[in-house]
Amino acid sequence: MAEFKMPSLGADMDAGTLYEWFIKPGATVKRGDVIASVETDKGVIDVECFEEGVVVELAAAAGTRVPVGQTIAILQVAGEPVVAGSGAVTETPPPVPAVEPIPQAELPVAQPQAAVPMGGRLKVSPAAKKLAAELGVDLAQVIGTGSDGSIHLDDIRLAAATATKVARPAETPPVAGAEPRVTPVARRVAEDLGVDLHEAQGTGPHGVVNRIDVEHLAAEKSEAAAPLPAPEPVAEPTPKAAPQPPDFQTAMRRAIALAMARSNREIPHYYLETRIDMTKVLRWLESENVKRSVAERILPVVLLIKATAKGLIEVPDLNGYWRDDHFEASESIHIGFAISLRQGGLVTPAIHDADDKSLDELMVAMRDLITRTRGGRLRSSELMDATITLTSLGDTGVEKVYGVIYPPQVALVGFGKIMDQPWAENGMLGIRPILTATLAGDHRASDGRRGAQFLSALEKFLQEPETL
Amino acid sequence: MTVAHALTKDQIKETIIGILQNIAPEADYDDLDPNAKLQETLDIDSFDFLNLLIGLDEAVGVSVPEADYGKLVSMNDLVNYIAARV
Repeated sequence: MAEFKMPSLGADMDAGTLYEWFIKPGATVKRGDVIASVETDKGVIDVECFEEGVVVELAAAAGTRVPVGQTIAILQVAGEPVVAGSGAVTETPPPVPAVEPIPQAELPVAQPQAAVPMGGRLKVSPAAKKLAAELGVDLAQVIGTGSDGSIHLDDIRLAAATATKVARPAETPPVAGAEPRVTPVARRVAEDLGVDLHEAQGTGPHGVVNRIDVEHLAAEKSEAAAPLPAPEPVAEPTPKAAPQPPDFQTAMRRAIALAMARSNREIPHYYLETRIDMTKVLRWLESENVKRSVAERILPVVLLIKATAKGLIEVPDLNGYWRDDHFEASESIHIGFAISLRQGGLVTPAIHDADDKSLDELMVAMRDLITRTRGGRLRSSELMDATITLTSLGDTGVEKVYGVIYPPQVALVGFGKIMDQPWAENGMLGIRPILTATLAGDHRASDGRRGAQFLSALEKFLQEPETL
Repeated sequence: MTVAHALTKDQIKETIIGILQNIAPEADYDDLDPNAKLQETLDIDSFDFLNLLIGLDEAVGVSVPEADYGKLVSMNDLVNYIAARV
């Protein structure tokens, strides 16, 4: 059995409200499946499964606020022996507990120790790791029996011995009677206007109800109620399972405060900056965009994302995490892209494998991320696995950015506005479009020289735009 | 597009506001100064601005080349630019 726990969707999250279940007992899940959505300070996030197996039990109901690390579902992991009496083997799965909220007292007591937070690090000794490799056991599927959830040698042996296939019941439809998907802003507006979100037609991505939908609905309602000059909005009683709408701006501010305070407390930052002549890259981009329709045009920041990714291939010391007093380099380059929200606040979801994507693919990925961050919803992996952060404040007219690193990452790359500035080259003074790139580095993980090598690589790639 | 010739400046403005309402829904468009810097006043970034141009291309069939971005600072700039091309 594997306990699926409330994931930590960022260093700053201590709890999340289970918003909607997309699975029920008996359902087969595989890695990457979206099994639930969780409402956090950053909006509603789709939570992906990191295991493969069959759902035995949902341990928390929709609408409940659950601390990070507390079990929300029990899974029969593929390869485990079937446990008698579990939901995995019954013909008719037990009724879904998700529709009715479970009274707090019936919920499993919060685990004092999160064994393996989803996407977090497994606690495994080197000896156990070695044995797992020898026996061909996937550590992610081993249940640690140590006091803190750590994986012992016996756990590995057990997992290897019980590696048998589990019979899979047919795929079950998603939970009925689920809550509508709503953006945080829409939720607040709905509350202000006294609109029942269940009546709103979502026109956002994946049918997400946005602010405009709510306002339309409110307008329709008030028209219907005419000729009364000021119709009293009759708010339907909110269903019990509906999560309490939190004040997102306050919550997000607090989340950012926690993460940034931790960063400044723990990370000895060093800062480097360099000025980059953007003449070539802008000229190249212009010639590319002229061939494209408006909808296919590439924004300059996409070139900066790609150049950053290529720079990180040359200087991998800046790409990864500082954990347990050592630097863990990441093989993948997932660039956390800082996206500001109109209502205030900031989210830095990851553009996955940025080094492998073409400029067009990066533009599509960025468009998708910005659109979902601002209006729809993000997936848990996007909030969990950025290996570095990139922030571009060029639109605001600011010249340079001194970033605060988002722990456990070890670097942040900042770009200001491209400005016409005096530039000396070959003994000549001219006016060039200049971009100031900065690097905030974690001095525990890297030194100024490495940081300088990165900025110099970045500059080099931006002088060869056709290779990006 | 069959709208082209019939469009008045007011209709163009209405179309632009319709697109902007999806981008910056909380702004007060009734009191928008037609000569103010649009990106600053509405707090829209280059991504939002590109979306505005994509929306205009779809709605009125005017495709603004990148070289002209600098001419489109205020609402009046936009309206006049589009009016001259529909």
